[in-house]
Amino acid sequence: MTRELPRQETSRLPSNVKATHRSVDAAQWLQCAQDMHNHRAMLLALWGTDDRDRDGRFRVFAAFLLSDQVVVLEHAPIGGETDYPSLTRWFPVADRLQRAVFDLLGMAADLGDTRPWLRHGGWPEHFFPLRRDVDTAERHPLVSRPYPFVAVSGDGVHEIAVGPIHAGTIEPGQFRFSAVGEKVLRLETRFGFAHKGIAKRFEGQRLHDGHHLAARISGDSTVAYAWAYCAALESITATAVPERAAALRALALERERLANHLGDLGGLGNDAGLAFGLVQFSSLKEQLLRLNEEAFGQRYLFDYVVPGGVVAELDARLIPALLDEASRLEQRVGGLRTIYENHAGVQDRFRDAGVLSPALAKAHGALGLVARASGVAQDLRVDMPWPPYDRLQARMMLAASGDVAARVQLRFDEITESLRLCRSLLESLPPGPHLVTLPAAAPGRLGLGLIEGWRGPLLVALESAADDRVRRCHAHDPSWQNWPLIDYAIIGNIVPDFPLINKSFNLAYSGIDG
Amino acid sequence: MFDILTTIRRTGLLDQGLPKPTAAEAPRDQLQRQLQTVFGRALRIRHVDAGSCNGCELEIHALSNPYYNLEGYGIAFVASPRHADVLMITGPVTVNMVEALERTYAAMPDPKWVMAVGDCAACGGVFGASYATRGRVDEVIPVDIVVNGCPPDPVTLLTGLLEITRRREI
Repeated sequence: MTRELPRQETSRLPSNVKATHRSVDAAQWLQCAQDMHNHRAMLLALWGTDDRDRDGRFRVFAAFLLSDQVVVLEHAPIGGETDYPSLTRWFPVADRLQRAVFDLLGMAADLGDTRPWLRHGGWPEHFFPLRRDVDTAERHPLVSRPYPFVAVSGDGVHEIAVGPIHAGTIEPGQFRFSAVGEKVLRLETRFGFAHKGIAKRFEGQRLHDGHHLAARISGDSTVAYAWAYCAALESITATAVPERAAALRALALERERLANHLGDLGGLGNDAGLAFGLVQFSSLKEQLLRLNEEAFGQRYLFDYVVPGGVVAELDARLIPALLDEASRLEQRVGGLRTIYENHAGVQDRFRDAGVLSPALAKAHGALGLVARASGVAQDLRVDMPWPPYDRLQARMMLAASGDVAARVQLRFDEITESLRLCRSLLESLPPGPHLVTLPAAAPGRLGLGLIEGWRGPLLVALESAADDRVRRCHAHDPSWQNWPLIDYAIIGNIVPDFPLINKSFNLAYSGIDG
Repeated sequence: MFDILTTIRRTGLLDQGLPKPTAAEAPRDQLQRQLQTVFGRALRIRHVDAGSCNGCELEIHALSNPYYNLEGYGIAFVASPRHADVLMITGPVTVNMVEALERTYAAMPDPKWVMAVGDCAACGGVFGASYATRGRVDEVIPVDIVVNGCPPDPVTLLTGLLEITRRREI
């Protein structure tokens, strides 16, 4: 990164990490995006908003992740036009994001796939829920239409249609396999089944209540989303969260990471035929959840992170129990890791399955755990640490092979690191209040919250309206970036390995459907 | 192999049994007898996520861990609605899932029960009813049992399941 970033009207954007903002016209939008691409930035999120009530325009925003900061481009086509230049020219991930922007807002990119993404026939073609002049209370008749999956033809090619309901207790989504015998030639995924209209639901909510909804964007990442929302709101209101509150939030975030990694490691053992692994890891996860309930009042820590801090003080008498648990977990997980690593049958399934090559991961902008398992060094806790991570010195875990084994290894390593962080947080909990009151927010302010959840970096962009209300809130899950990569990782593998490969990615459904 | 056996021995039995019945309810062994009489020792559940945030799914998964040991009591999740006695639904029923949900319900043999799990399935929860959601399960198919919570913990879920067996008392 030797070149300077192009100089447009750049201003600081309120955020828990370093973030800048630029208003650009269509030509600059393209130029900046290309520069971002040249600087090896990743497209993090893309969203739009209807500001016709304010200045007669629609707006589209793109957030780019650089190694040390986030850059947000804002483009408002003149005269209330709805067209904008597509970012698929440089960022393949933009394709699905642009489809979602169109379905919600009717803003169309000039290039890319135009099949509906979120609209499955539950509302009419000309109905765009995020436009401020539509009646969203209105009910629409369901018009069910088959989705035009890309067909593969040739001798012996057949299709396997899976979903939206799956064999197990999983979230809804469709997987269309084109296979020859057992070998997968092509996989196409389709989502949107869990679309709950969250962005619309946010509009008009009280800013100080929005964290309840944010906490339910993806239940397994409730701490991360609630924190991202609160970080955005606290940035807008220029509130400094007390050190103790920040430490307790980080403790909760790391425990969320632990719970999910433990659950995944059990599921991965099970999918490889080692039911013993599921029994062991699900017991460890249950023990962690029970201690969560005791110490934080909630098994999954829903609504623990609130604007201004955390909802309750941590009882000092529970700190020894939490420290004991960390030691016990470290020992138990270590033992299980040895068993996994020495088990020939398990390793046979894990190794070389579902390979995501480092080159592909980089080219397609993979994020979070999936990226790190393919050697892409990217972790917000390390790259742009926000409090309290700025004093914790989190270590980035990496693996290189990009197969299921790498994603398993990374989870084991991250458990060890998370336990170290938990210990460090518990041993030096800063004194002081766990909660402060937020001042009222000025209307028309945009703020960002970026948090490294267990899946990867997630973003909440929050804009305030008058009377302390939400004008627009957009949440982005790293699974948007990683889902298309499963389509590549599965190529050449056999169909029965899909559950294992899919589990090793463990991406969000509700989190991307919104 | 030795490591695995040693770990199993050290872990021991974690099963904490079914939730303790309140005075109004039948004693536990009676409930189990009912389970045996009514369902032939087996209650089969088909779960459908109708747009939940996945919080409820986490607790449904937890039912199978060694502490709650659901399968040990003859209750299991099945892949096909044709094998199911109970349809367990989570989420505020997104319009994008209505058709799949209706088809699943229609595919189940009689007698069948519908269990709405979580605040979203019960009343829409934080998502409510909108252009994208029906807002509650009984807007789409009839519901027999409602289990509230955001998410309901495993013991509450188990209690809801036992309620179904009580209703089928002979």
